[in-house]
Amino acid sequence: MKPGYYFWSGDIAAAEGAIFAGCRFYAGYPITPSSEIAERMALRLPQVGGKFIEMEDEIGSIAAIIGASWTGEKVMTATSGPGISLMNENIGLAAMTEVPIVIVNAMRGAPSTGLPTLVGQGDLMQAKWGSHGSYEIISLYPDSVQETFDLMVDAFNYAEKYRVPVLFLIDGMLAHMYEKIYVPPEDAVERIERKRPTKPPGEQLIYEPDEDLIPPMPRIGEGYKIHASGLTHNEKGYPELTPQAQERLIRRLNDKIRKHAEEIWKVEEYRTDNADVIVVAMGSNARAVRTAVDEARKEGIKAGLLRPITIWPFPYKYIEKYAVDYIVAEINYGQIYHKVKEYASGNVELLPKMGGELHTPQEILHALRRYKK
Amino acid sequence: MRIEIKFGGLGGQGIITAGYITAKAAAIYDGKESAFTQDYSAEARGGASTSEVVISDEKINYPQVLHADYLIVMSQSAYNDYLYKLKKGGVLIIEEDLVKPDERAKDFKVYGIPATRFAEEIGNPIVANIVMLGFFTAVTGVVSKEAMWKSIEERIPKRFLEMNQKAFLKGYDYGQKILQESS
Repeated sequence: MKPGYYFWSGDIAAAEGAIFAGCRFYAGYPITPSSEIAERMALRLPQVGGKFIEMEDEIGSIAAIIGASWTGEKVMTATSGPGISLMNENIGLAAMTEVPIVIVNAMRGAPSTGLPTLVGQGDLMQAKWGSHGSYEIISLYPDSVQETFDLMVDAFNYAEKYRVPVLFLIDGMLAHMYEKIYVPPEDAVERIERKRPTKPPGEQLIYEPDEDLIPPMPRIGEGYKIHASGLTHNEKGYPELTPQAQERLIRRLNDKIRKHAEEIWKVEEYRTDNADVIVVAMGSNARAVRTAVDEARKEGIKAGLLRPITIWPFPYKYIEKYAVDYIVAEINYGQIYHKVKEYASGNVELLPKMGGELHTPQEILHALRRYKK
Repeated sequence: MRIEIKFGGLGGQGIITAGYITAKAAAIYDGKESAFTQDYSAEARGGASTSEVVISDEKINYPQVLHADYLIVMSQSAYNDYLYKLKKGGVLIIEEDLVKPDERAKDFKVYGIPATRFAEEIGNPIVANIVMLGFFTAVTGVVSKEAMWKSIEERIPKRFLEMNQKAFLKGYDYGQKILQESS
């Protein structure tokens, strides 16, 4: 894409951002409000030497990108609502077999079929806990069309660097909303590739981690013996169904993310200095909060906004940092609220919305007024 | 300054397209910031259709219309459904053959145009939204004429450009005439 200004939706920015990051394979099954990502990828991937496949369903879609990732390509799928629920089993497979993939989830009103065209934030916990088992993934959530594009590069970099699924959250509002966006020159960003084996085939064990706990990843077909199993496995990749192997593997899969959490954290802190009360909000729902914070400050309320851009691993040190009261404004009936409560020293209030619309600046301001000192 | 515009009508009238063209004109060709959102019912044609545009010199926070400065309606149902969104003293623009305003309209500055009839005279009712955009550009000045036309040019397939240009200018000229008459 030529550098310059464009007028894009969040969906288009997600697709273009992925291509900009180096994604060359997409398998997906269209579902509102993520369908335009598939539409854009179908148009654009062939133009840049990539491949687009429309799959039979969401289970097949994520299975296809896991397989494709083993060929060394950067891969993505996108879905929403019931589609992300279907993908969760294989998100666990990708976490267990340490395959870099990016999954976009355009959150809509839920549960079940819910509100297909309208905004929701009900999948924030599911992003972390959707598959069975105790594992870590990375999840990012932008608040604008520009940030969707920019953050996609980070999403692919994280997936590649840590060999982990990255759950890229957007929401029904952001997916369909159009804004001006600047596409930088190709060489303006750093693109990270997964580590390659340094030893020749025969000597390299495919799940032998380096000191950073991340094993190098060979391409399938290069001569390395690749056995990628969802069963608990040893460093050769062979099933080893013992508590000892489980202890070693699962501890490492979690620790490789936990130990690098601070490198992964991205948080926006808006007017949080000397604040008495801070609103925690994410994605498109955080935008109204900036207006409300400005209005509240004019009224003498020392308000601020803390916006986790990295949702998982949860950036808890930013919560701990402020001795304030928190308001958590989210479009669900209390999810990230519980994480904030876990780390806050002051009072934590939930400002929920069941879905379909964003909080308005007035609603946030109304809540902030209760904290006037 | 934040300006909020709401378009309303029926599926098939080009309500979404009108919003998209307006928002893109402001952002890309007038160099401002804008946000464009849309809402539509399950039916492709005949159901309710609405789009919203927020324009500002600064980065836009809340992306949707809270209290519209401008409401453009091309169906009676859109008038009934969205009039409450228009702030007192705001500008109401109606497709005058399709919308009959009631006594509530006295709170607003009202401009009417037979956009569909003009579009039919030009050759196809499908360009009624472009007639409306020309009219909107002339009476409000929210987006420059050049920017609006460039944005239309980029959105419309080449083979229909001539018809759309006629439609745009028809609406624009009619708007200027109305403005002169009312001043």
